[in-house]
Amino acid sequence: MKTNPDFFPLTDLATRFVGQLVQCRRLGLSVLEASEQHVLIELPYSSELIGYPDTGVIHGGVITTLMDTACGTAVVCNIFDKYKSLELSPTLDLRVDYMKPAEPNKSVYGFAECYKLSSSVAFTRAIAYQDSIDDPIAHAVGSFMRISPEMVGDAFRQALMGKGE
Amino acid sequence: MTMVTQDASQALNVKDIVKKATELNDFGHLLAHVPYAKFIGMQVARFGDELVFQLPKKDENIGNPTLPAIHGGVIAGFMEMSAIVQLMVFMQTTKVPKIVDFSIDYLRAGHHRDSFAECKITRQGRRVANVNINCWQTNRKALIATARAHFLIE
Repeated sequence: MKTNPDFFPLTDLATRFVGQLVQCRRLGLSVLEASEQHVLIELPYSSELIGYPDTGVIHGGVITTLMDTACGTAVVCNIFDKYKSLELSPTLDLRVDYMKPAEPNKSVYGFAECYKLSSSVAFTRAIAYQDSIDDPIAHAVGSFMRISPEMVGDAFRQALMGKGE
Repeated sequence: MTMVTQDASQALNVKDIVKKATELNDFGHLLAHVPYAKFIGMQVARFGDELVFQLPKKDENIGNPTLPAIHGGVIAGFMEMSAIVQLMVFMQTTKVPKIVDFSIDYLRAGHHRDSFAECKITRQGRRVANVNINCWQTNRKALIATARAHFLIE
């Protein structure tokens, strides 16, 4: 999928952030779009991720990882847009409701938004779907603790900012 | 990989697998049927009537590499799978319980070391079960996460 950088200016930052997370690389997560409003991440299907061997449906834990990653990335993007700074917010809590099983052999998409940023907590919500966002697999709400930008290591900051920024 | 899955699907009769695991007193036998359990590398040990689940330190489970810390989603997946096995063993279900909702509170950073989990079936109804899951690393009293989940059974 090709995205227009004018519409989704934070896609590169979000891609570098998700690429830094070892488990996300292992799962093959890729950022399709990111803006100050939202993040859209694709999770490809793999038989390694099956949680229900009789049907081939992937494990709920994989959906939780997708949701946690999408929400966390939405927080990074929102803070970067507002304050032009990088903060790494640890997850405080996350609740996922599962509406229906994910169909095997198809990607799952995670759409997340950071809908409120307070001085110490970031509030997020996310939807996981396959064919249409109106026919969700799961819905999530999560809150993230805000920590000072100084807590971000130099190596991580450089990896996130990329070259020439 | 696909071959393995098909074999597992034909052989998957949860009641028989639980029975066999109980006879062998090896509940890792249950986990061997679930690819995701292998993916994160989790194990289980039985102490009398209790099951303790283990997630050995594994590089691929890391989220943020600078701390380094285990990805929160992996901790959640480990706890969810622990609850599923707990239900299969203690409620003798004939199918793998289906997750309805999962709510996790992260209490401390999950460092790059072994993690453990134990579950308590808080309420088992006819169709839904409520399970509490606690996860710790070096000290059982210093939990890194606590979660509760609902599962559909049968």
